[in-house]
Amino acid sequence: MSEGLTIMFALAVLVCAVGSAAVLTWFERRLLGIWQDRYGPNRLGPLGIGQVAADMLKLLTKHDWIPPFADKWVFIFAPTAIVIAMMLGFAVVPFGPELHIIDVNIGLLFFLGMTSLAVYSVLLGALSSNNKYALLGGLRSAAQMVSYEVFMGLSLIGVVMLSGSFNLQEIVESQRDGWYCFSQFLGLFVFIIAAIAESHRLPFDLPEAEHELTAGFHTEYSGMKFTLFMLGEYLGLILISCMITTLFFGGWLGPWLPPIVWFGIKTFLVICFFILLRAAIPRPRYDQLMSLGWKVMLPLTLINLVVTGAVALWMHGS
Amino acid sequence: MELLKALGSQLQTMWTILMHTFTRSETVEYPEQKPYLAPRYRGRIVLTQDPDGDERCVACNLCAAACPPDCIALQQGTRDDGRWYPEFFRINFSRCIMCGLCEEACPTNAIQLIPDFEMCEYDRQNMVYEKEHLMIDGPGKYHDYNFYRVAGMQIEGKDKGEALNETPPVDVKSLLP
Repeated sequence: MSEGLTIMFALAVLVCAVGSAAVLTWFERRLLGIWQDRYGPNRLGPLGIGQVAADMLKLLTKHDWIPPFADKWVFIFAPTAIVIAMMLGFAVVPFGPELHIIDVNIGLLFFLGMTSLAVYSVLLGALSSNNKYALLGGLRSAAQMVSYEVFMGLSLIGVVMLSGSFNLQEIVESQRDGWYCFSQFLGLFVFIIAAIAESHRLPFDLPEAEHELTAGFHTEYSGMKFTLFMLGEYLGLILISCMITTLFFGGWLGPWLPPIVWFGIKTFLVICFFILLRAAIPRPRYDQLMSLGWKVMLPLTLINLVVTGAVALWMHGS
Repeated sequence: MELLKALGSQLQTMWTILMHTFTRSETVEYPEQKPYLAPRYRGRIVLTQDPDGDERCVACNLCAAACPPDCIALQQGTRDDGRWYPEFFRINFSRCIMCGLCEEACPTNAIQLIPDFEMCEYDRQNMVYEKEHLMIDGPGKYHDYNFYRVAGMQIEGKDKGEALNETPPVDVKSLLP
C-alpha cells in the first residue's frame, strides 16, 4: 500500500475501533440481559441501539471536573494514556492478507508492549486521584497486572516457537495447516485468563470492583475522562479479541468468504465469549487471584513451553 | 484434582448461562405490558361502604395506631342517628409503605388495600388523599359485611338486642327474688 492509502486505512481502523467500542457498550448490556433473563436497554431505536447515542450525549455533556486534591496533570494524562496505547496496538493487527497498517517483524512484541503501557494509565489514574478507594484499586491493579503480565507473554512463546516468527502476518500464514488453538490449547487457556486480567474486565476486575471499592481506580473520574477510561477498556477488549483470533484461530484464514469478513466473525465470537465470562463467573478474592496466577498459571505456562519446545525440536530434527 | 473440579464447575456455570440464551425473559416491559397483580395485592388504600351504601369507617383510630410511618390522620364524629364516622380521614401516600397493617387492624373492614400502585404526582402535596379521594362506591372485598347490623351498638332504627345473632338484653331486675 502507498503511504496515503496507509494513512487512510489507519484512520478507517481507528474510526471503526472507536465506533465498535461505542456499540459494544450497548451490545454487552443487551447480551448480559439475555443471559440473565431480562431485556437490557431496548427502548431507544431498533433493539435499543440508540442507547449508544444517548450515553455518548450524557457523558460528553457532563461537567468536566478535576478534584482540587488531585494531582492535576497526571490526573488528565492517565485516561488518555490507555486510549493511546490501545489504539497503537491496532497498528499491528492483520485484518487480511495485505490489510494491515504496519507489517513489522516484532508485531507480537509491539502488541505486548502496548498492553503493558495501558497499565500505567490505571496506576497513574489511581495514584493521582488522591482517594483511598482509588489507591486500593491502584495497588490491586499493580500487583495483578504485573504478575499476569509475566505469563501473558510466556503463553504466547509457544505460538512463536511453532510459527518461528514474531511477525503476525507470518503467524497467520503458518496456521494454514491447523489453527494453534488445538496444538497450543494450554497457551490459549492461559492467554485468555491473562488477557482478561490484563484488560481488568470481569471476572478479574479487582482494580474496579464496584461492590468493594465504589469504582476503584476511576472513582474520581467523571464526564469525558471517565469516557476515555471506558473507551480504553473496550478498545482493549477488541484488541485482545483480535489478537486471540490472530494467534490461535487462524486470523483471516477461512474458505469462501473474504478474509476481512472471516476476521470480523471470529473476533466477534471471541468478544461474545468474553461477555459470557462476565455474565457467568464471579469475581475471585484478591489472594485467590494471586495464588491462581503464580501457583497454577505460571507452572502451566512453563509446562506448555517445555513440551512445545521439545515437540518443535523433535519435528525439526526429523 | 481440586483444581480440575473447580475448572469443571466454572465451565458448567458458563454452559448453564449460555443455555439461558433460549429461555424467556423474566421481566415484563412495564408501561406497555402490565404485570399480573393478585386480588389481595397490597397497593393503594381505599375506604369502602357497607352493602347499604353507608360508610363503614367508625373512626376508631385503630388504623392510625397500627400505622408504622404514621401516615393516617382522622377525627371521630357522631351523626344524629348515633353512628360514628370520621369527620376527616387523611392518608399521606408519600409516607405510606403499603404494609397493610391498617387493613388488618380495621374492625369494620372499612379500610382496604387494592391492586393499584400507579400514584405518581409532580406535586408532593397531591399525594395526600382526603376522605373524598379515598372513598369508593362499594363494599370492596367483603360484599355482605355490615358492621352495624352485627354489632350490639344502639343506633337509630336498631335497638339493643336487635342485631344479627344477638339475644335481647336481659332485664336484670326480673331476676330479683
